[in-house]
This record gives sequence, structure tokens and C-alpha cells, in this order.
Amino acid sequence: MAEPLLAIKGLSISFGGLKAVQNVSLDVPEGSLTALIGPNGAGKTTLFALMSGFLKPDSGTVQFAGQDITGCAPHLNARRGMTRTFQIVQPFATQTVRENIAVGAHLHLKERRSALSQAEEVAARVGLSAQLDKPASDLTVAGRKRLELARALATRPRLLLLDEVLAGLNPQEIAEMIPVVRGIAQSGVTVLMIEHVMQAVMNLAQHVWVLAQGQLIAQGTPAEVTADEKVVEAYLGHGTAARLRAAALAGAAT
Amino acid sequence: MTSGGKELAGIFLFVALVAGIPLATDSGVILNFVMMALYAALLAQAWNILGGFGGQFSFGHALFFGTGAYIQAIAQLQGGLNAWLALFMAVAGSAGVGALVGALSFRYGLKGSYFALVTLAFAEVFRILALSVPFTGAGVGLMLPLHESFANMQFGSRKGYVYLVLAFVAAALLLTWWLKHSRFGAYLQAVRDNEDAARAIGVNPFGVKLGAIVLSGGLMGAGGAFYVQVFQYIDPGIAYGPGTSVEALVAAIVGGMGTLWGPVLGALVLHVLADLTRNLFGQLPGINMVIYGMVLVLIVMFLPRGIAGLGATAKSLWKKSGGRRG
Amino acid sequence: MFDSGILFPSLINGLTTGAVYALIALGLTLIYGVLHIINFAHGAALMVALYAVYLLKERFGIDPYLALPLVVPGMFVLGYALQRLIINRASHGKDENILLVTLGLSIVMENAALLFFKSDTRTIETAYTLTTVAIGPAMIALPKLVAFAGALLVSGLLLWIVGKTDLGRAIRAVAKEKHGAKLMGIDVDHVYAMSFGIGLACLGAAACFLLPAYYVNPQVGGGFVLVAFTVVVLGGMGSFVGALLGGLLIGVVESLGGLYLGESLGQIGIFAIFIAVLLFRPQGLFGAKA
Repeated sequence: MAEPLLAIKGLSISFGGLKAVQNVSLDVPEGSLTALIGPNGAGKTTLFALMSGFLKPDSGTVQFAGQDITGCAPHLNARRGMTRTFQIVQPFATQTVRENIAVGAHLHLKERRSALSQAEEVAARVGLSAQLDKPASDLTVAGRKRLELARALATRPRLLLLDEVLAGLNPQEIAEMIPVVRGIAQSGVTVLMIEHVMQAVMNLAQHVWVLAQGQLIAQGTPAEVTADEKVVEAYLGHGTAARLRAAALAGAAT
Repeated sequence: MTSGGKELAGIFLFVALVAGIPLATDSGVILNFVMMALYAALLAQAWNILGGFGGQFSFGHALFFGTGAYIQAIAQLQGGLNAWLALFMAVAGSAGVGALVGALSFRYGLKGSYFALVTLAFAEVFRILALSVPFTGAGVGLMLPLHESFANMQFGSRKGYVYLVLAFVAAALLLTWWLKHSRFGAYLQAVRDNEDAARAIGVNPFGVKLGAIVLSGGLMGAGGAFYVQVFQYIDPGIAYGPGTSVEALVAAIVGGMGTLWGPVLGALVLHVLADLTRNLFGQLPGINMVIYGMVLVLIVMFLPRGIAGLGATAKSLWKKSGGRRG
Repeated sequence: MFDSGILFPSLINGLTTGAVYALIALGLTLIYGVLHIINFAHGAALMVALYAVYLLKERFGIDPYLALPLVVPGMFVLGYALQRLIINRASHGKDENILLVTLGLSIVMENAALLFFKSDTRTIETAYTLTTVAIGPAMIALPKLVAFAGALLVSGLLLWIVGKTDLGRAIRAVAKEKHGAKLMGIDVDHVYAMSFGIGLACLGAAACFLLPAYYVNPQVGGGFVLVAFTVVVLGGMGSFVGALLGGLLIGVVESLGGLYLGESLGQIGIFAIFIAVLLFRPQGLFGAKA
């Protein structure tokens, strides 16, 4: 296999006594669309923060495109080609959609005019063209999620870290968003997403890592992972898998 | 014309109109009013770069004002330098103090109330230092000898000073215009609105805020230098006391933070108010400041976007009601 | 230089001033702890209280210590009203706005005082103004000792109110979890205003203890505001014990700094501490959210 675009090794961090991420290692191949799943509080967002440089790990390393970037500032990582989005959307509220996206586009374009026109192209890719001149604060939740995505996309990332872009959307909005994410991956951007909506994970991801209580407990294709007993237990509580099996047996017996 | 082009045209029109005033009148009262209003606008514009566009509220902008003023005076008195060269040094020196305070504050992540307090504390430290060291003339202050000539940047009539301060205000307007239409300005506003989001997409908040405090400090230093040239006197209270910090901040907020014309508008409104009260009550100490304070409270309560923001609000309401048909 | 004959009185003097600083800082830290705002008008409010004490003495001959039952409730009402009628309404949910509004209020108060009282520095004469008490080798002015004891007493009272009363429980609940307190049926706006009122009442008490050995002019609050912030920052924002200890410490630093560096450079010591603490220990002292 070719060298992975992102390689993390033995990453750990704790807050006070809480071990938020423990000895996590994973490789994200270039050009892939992968997902990180796990129950609430598993440490997924913390892991993103460690990858992108918002937090410094207590131990372990982060490599991006063959370069050690452990503890590097987020803006430097964005310049290298790794951009993250936030689960709780963070628009520049006083600015228009166009201006918001242009800030991202400025990473590679110094000229204001070219950044603003680039913003229009990116907006089209995520379906925000009609809202270009609206203040970001006037957008709906779905609109803000698209804006978050567009702003990151405007930095022309090699690796996009998407933190729950589907959370808070209704089923129809989710159905509209899935092709947008797939389109981004097909355009050559490597995508790693944190996602709770399993339908989307099953639909999109080639490979899935499962995080529970700060540790990686399983990985594989979406189908493999969802069949894994450890994963079911992590989501639904200890002993659930056994109970489910017993229930299924009991159901079969009657 | 693009919106940026219209704004540029507006700046040139404004400068041309104000430049016409000294040609049209010899009235000392009018010229003095224009000069003081422009001077107040300059201070407010300086504050607006860091406070309005950068979202970093300084309560101690007198720090830069006073540094500019002292450098302007000392370079001429002790250094025997030409006033124009001194001006250059005053701007560079106060920008340098901005870099120092900014590097310390922003490196350690100070924001909001704590940044406001630390700037205030720095201004106080400088005030006490100016009171204690010999080369500032300590409590007595420094007096610039009167030698009216262009080379000395001292003018026989107010007209010369009006043109001088108009040049500063025009430079500040162009600088502000550039903030609205450049990558640096876009980054600065992004950091103001949401620092983490900006970092995630490649913005270095430290560098951007540092740039803003350097520009803001340099412009404020020009204000201090101008003060020394007009009044030929400076002492620690005038230089580093809270009065100048408050005046700069109130005018910018009343006019509208983060806008091109807000500081000019705010300075004008406050000076009209100050003149009105002077006519009504006579010269009472403190009355101007009482009014400034009340206006500040009322604006924050009822018009948080300032007077310029009022225009924008009205415009967006107008668009909403009539835009569809047109 | 380290002559104990100078050092000791200076130390005692610093402690007495420090106790008053602590009292002023307690009011500030209470307001910060509950409302999570910086009351920039704290120094100006102290100045208002000092003028109240001054006027009561000059116009009605009321002794500053006997003025306590008038000035303390008066300042409480002022604080309650300011928070309820102005600050709360101007905040629009943004801390910056509160900072600006309290700055505006302080400008109004200070310059209104300038308008009414001119910039003259005023003092009052009492029978005990010049009385001194010997503590070891030190001769300490009686009013300073009273201020020391009074400030500690009021601080204790404040700790009791916050720690043991129903109002204190409500205050602590709001300080910790505003929304949770609201759900429990606590009137948050009322608790905010009560806290602000109590914070200013502390200033009323401080003014009564301060004036017999001090002075008042329209700018007097400015010096105190930075000292009080320094104390609060040193002690940890929102911490009562921290404010008490920080106040005493700053009083001593100022007194010793004045002794060895001269009065004006001694003041720099305080600001240097303030700036250094803000820069180097901000997270540790303020919590994560600045």
C-alpha cells in the first residue's frame, strides 16, 4: 500500500484524570473516504483536535503527507492541506456567506476579488449559490452546515476532517447532503468524517474506525464493524450482544 | 461601479469637500471646530482598526497617543531633529510599542475584558514612568518653542493644521478601505468573529492581531504627534491619562465599529454635542465627558451597531420592503 | 536599608491598607463570580460612596463610622438599580457590551463629581484623625486600625451571607449554573441585581472606613480600580479567600515598594504584578473562558 496521507501513532491525551484519547493509531490512505464512529463522549472530536493541532497530545505522533506535524498550530496544518470543520458550526456571523467562504479561499488567493469569485464556485459545489449574499447568521441549520463545509473546501484541502456535518439535519436534508460529501471525495479530496448517522456511514465510508472510551475498539468495512459484538456493546451497553442473541434464539424457538 | 470603487470615490469627495473649507472661510471658530473634529476622528479611526475590525477592545489607547506625542517632542527638543522626521519616528515608535504590547498580550491569549484591562495597565505604567524619568520633563511636561514655519510643522493659522490633520484622516480612511478589501482585513474580521474557525482554515490569529495593533498604534501615535505640534505642550496626564483613550473609543463605538465612516461620523456627532453643551452651560469642567459617557451607555443599550449601523439597518429594511419589486 | 524600625511600621501600614483593598476587591469578585462580568465602574462607585460619606460629615455632622447604616444600604440600592435598569438591559448577551456600559457609567460618575465638587481633593476632620496607637515599635493611625478591623469584619459578614443564607445559596446556584437555577425557580435577574447591590454595598463600607484616614477627589476611584482588579486577578477571579489574601499582599507590596522605590515607582510594582499575572497565569486564574 502507498504511504498514508495521515498517519497517527499511539496518540494519547488526558484532561485531569480523564483519559480522553488513549494510544490511538490509524492510517488514512490518500483518496479514501473513511469514517470515525463511536458513542457520545468516546473522544472522537478530541482526536480531531489532536490531528488538526487544536490540542497537543501527551504522547504519540501525527504525520501528514510524510511530515511529522505533532503539535503544529492549526493554521499551519491548514496550509499544509489538512482542514477541519466543527460539529457546532462556527460561522463568521457578521459576514455574508460569500465573505465567509472567501476567508477560506484566501489561503491560496491573495487577491480579494479572486477569493470572492472562488467563493461563488465553492458555494455552487455545496448548493449555497442562492444564499451567497445572505448574512451567515440568517442561515438555517442545514445552511450553516453547508457553509461550514464550503469554507473548509475553499482552502483546497488534501484532507478534509468533517465533524458531524449531518448532525441536526432532518432525513431529507441528510439525503441531500450525502451526494455533496461523495462529490467532494470523488473530486480527489481525502475525507475522514465523524458521523453518528449510520445510514450515511454505511452509504459513504470505505473504512470505519470505532472509538469507545478513548480507545480504538474495532475497524473494518461498515458491514464488518456493525456486526462486531464489541461495537454493539460499546453503543448499547455491556452484555447487550449476548442479550440480543438470547432474544433472537428465544424468538426462533417459539 | 463596485462597492469598493464607490467607497473610494466617497473618500476623495470627502477630502475634497473638507479641503475646500479653509479656502471658503477665515473664521477661527469654524476652522478650530473642523480641526478638532478631524483630530478626534483620527483617534477614533486608530481605535477602530483594532477594536472595530479586530474586536480587541483597548481601554488604554492613550499608550500609543502619549508615546507618539513624547517622541515628537523629545526628538525635536533633545534630538534637534526636524519636525517631519520626528513625525516619522513618532509613528514608528508608537507602532513599536503596539508591537510590544500586542506580542505580549496576544502570545498569552488575552482577550475581551482582560485585554482591555491590560492595555489600561500599560498606559498607567507609562504615565507613572513619564512622571518619574527626567527626559520627559516629569510632572512639568515638555514645551515646544514656537517657530512657525512649514519646515517646523508649525503654522501661523489653523488652516495649516486643518490640512495636516486632514492628510492623516485621509490616510486612515484609505487604510480602513484597504482593510475592507484585502486579505489581511478579511482575516482580521474572521478572527474577530470566530478565532477557532479562522485558525481551522489557515488564519494565524496572533500575526493578524499583531498587525492590527501595530497599524492602530502607529495611527494613534500620529494623533499624539499632531497634538504636540498644535498645542506645543505635553505632560504625563495629557499623554497617558484615560481621557484620550476614552475619546477614541467612544467616538468609534458611537459612530459604528468596524465601518469605514463610523469613526468620522462619531467624532463629528460628539463634537457637535460638545459645542452645543458649551453654548448651553458654558465652560464647565467635566460636562463634555458626562455627555460622552451617557451617549456611550445609550448607544450600547439601543444602537449597538452605532450610527453607521443605523444606516445599514435602515438600508436592509428598505431592501426587504422594496427590493423585490425593484 | 533593612532597618526594622522603618520596615515594621511600613508592613503594618501595608496590611491596614490591604484590608481595605481586600474589601473593595471582595465586592468586585462577587460581581464577577456571579455575573461573570467585569464591573469597570467599581472605582467610580467607590468615589461616589466616599463623597456620600464626605457630605454626610460636612453637611450633617455625621461621623463616618456612624454613617455606615446610611451609606451601605444607599450603595446597595444604587447597585441594584444600576444592574437592573441599565447594565442588564444593555448587555444584549455580550460581555463586551457590559464592559463598555460600565466604562460609560464610570465616565459619567467621575465627571459628574468633577462638575459638582470641582477637582479639589477633600478630607474630613474627626476627633480621632490624628490619634495614633503604638504596636511594637510602630505608631499606627487609629483610623487605619479601625479600617483594618472593620474591613475584616465586613469581609467575614459577606462570607457568611454567601455561605450560610438562603440568598447566598441562590447566589451560588446562579454563579454555578444560570440555566439550572432558572429551572429551579430562582429569579436570575433579581439575584444578579442583588449581587451587584451587595458588591457596591461593600464599597459603601470601605468608604466609611477609608475616609477618616484618606481623601476624596473625582479621580480617586481610578487608582483603586486597577488595584482592585490586581487583587482579584491575583487571588483568582471569583474567589473570596483569594481576594482577602490578595488584598493584604498588594497592600504590603505597595507600602514596601513606596518605601524602597519612592511613591510613584512603587505603584509600578502593582501594575507589573497585574500585567505579569494576566499574561503568564491567565487560564489558571480565570478558568478556561477568558
